Amino acid sequence: MKAIITVVGHDTVGIISRVSAVLAARGVNILDITQSVLGDIFAMVMYVDIGSCTIPFTDLVDENEALGREIGVVIHTMHEDIFNSMHRI
Amino acid sequence: MLNTGDILETIQMIEREHLDIRTITMGISLLDCTADSLDTLCTRVYDKITRTAEQLVRTGEDIEKEYGIPIVHKRISVTPISLVAASCRSDNYIPVAQALDRAAKEVGVNFIGGFSALVHKGFTNADRVLLDSIPEALSTTDMVCSSVNVATTKAGINMDAIARMGDIIRRCAYLTRDNNSIACAKLVVFANAAEDNPFMAGAFHGVGEPESVINVSVSGPGVVRSAIANAGDCDLTALAETVKRTAFKITRVGQLVAAEASRRLNVPFGIVDLSLAPTPAIGDSVAHILEEMGFAHTGCHGTTAALALLNDAVKKGGVMASSHVGGLSGAFIPVSEDAGMIDAARGGYLTLEKLEAMTAVCSVGLDMIAIPGDTPADVICAIIADEISIGVVNNKTTAARLIPAFGKKVGDEIEFGGLLGSAPVMPVNTASPARFIARGGRIPAPVHSLRN
Repeated sequence: MKAIITVVGHDTVGIISRVSAVLAARGVNILDITQSVLGDIFAMVMYVDIGSCTIPFTDLVDENEALGREIGVVIHTMHEDIFNSMHRI
Repeated sequence: MLNTGDILETIQMIEREHLDIRTITMGISLLDCTADSLDTLCTRVYDKITRTAEQLVRTGEDIEKEYGIPIVHKRISVTPISLVAASCRSDNYIPVAQALDRAAKEVGVNFIGGFSALVHKGFTNADRVLLDSIPEALSTTDMVCSSVNVATTKAGINMDAIARMGDIIRRCAYLTRDNNSIACAKLVVFANAAEDNPFMAGAFHGVGEPESVINVSVSGPGVVRSAIANAGDCDLTALAETVKRTAFKITRVGQLVAAEASRRLNVPFGIVDLSLAPTPAIGDSVAHILEEMGFAHTGCHGTTAALALLNDAVKKGGVMASSHVGGLSGAFIPVSEDAGMIDAARGGYLTLEKLEAMTAVCSVGLDMIAIPGDTPADVICAIIADEISIGVVNNKTTAARLIPAFGKKVGDEIEFGGLLGSAPVMPVNTASPARFIARGGRIPAPVHSLRN
């Protein structure tokens, strides 16, 4: 199963590193990343494989959300199908 | 990989524009719960609901988290109780309502619909008992919703049933007078009631439905309003196109959630309801969509045309996005549940008469409208008769959910809180329709019902 992780917030040092570290610790494989900084707003979209994730997906959602609060960004972790269903026919 | 812009658009819809799944409603047949005694019936009803819907709330919460889309309500609809309880030969069905209420609380849903009777052509003995039980049933329970179908395009209008509803609604208001007459918010009078409607208070599980079923509705007024705002001063053809595209996207989410809930619960997928359903939250208002189209206030002249455009475009966009569309599928205009409608009613721009006109081009009818507590019963019946006739003649569902707020007069407000919102008490034309209502009988079906 694939998921989309979005990270949006004020740019600061080490956002990618912190997010990737959590994912690596949980066995989540990053397949693709796009990232941009507009002014001081940081926006990153990660496409990840959670097939080998070591914790239930709902727990990963919570962990990422908590990490976001800690580093002052908003992290959404969502099943890719919600985007596929909305934007692809 | 998906386009970043599309991903962020979806997240913005959810985060800022209140896109959500309004409800996952599980329909459950109770036809196999019939019994000679009311006690046995209640036990069977409670057991079947708690067994069938045991995983409903949990599954909804899991989907909500995994897909990142809020699912506001998890609800249950059941076979009309007048059918299920008919074998009991009891003179009141209040214990059945209480069993439904206990079952709803046990499984954690926030409403259970189906304390209902279908009387469009006449009453069975059980229908009479059910109607007599409605006021006490709704005032002694928290979760139970009731509906009465008094007319269909095929059968015409049962005016004897409508004549009874005025007193029943007033009694509901009186019995819950200490709580803003809230029982009235849980009672709907229908024409052409839908058997697969996922929305409360009117949901019930029709007799043509399977053993159990999952029906889903999506809510996205904020998304539609925002899309119209972004479209700028385009002409109305382009505006309709914008609404269609947006409705397609919204409905696809509903289809996804419905299919996933159905798979996880191992219950057949019924329908996705395409209705635009507002909430009292700022930014989640159908009235604000209409105002974005170019009106100073909802209710001014032109509102009906705008609503007709909106309702049609939502259906056209939504119908391709879902494999089965059903329920009510139209824009809702409940007064108390829509911040823009509340403001327009307070300001005097939105009147009962204009709301009635608007219901001719959308679903579902005169919904969540507070009227003075001293409104005579026959006036309430006449308001219902007008609304029902719009549904019957136009071959569509219409309904009335009126709240004659006990002890309140025009200008007062009633506050339900939560999704039921608050409502200003609206003025009513009280010139007497008493002789017309007292005639009773059945208004014959319109000629265009003869389609065979």
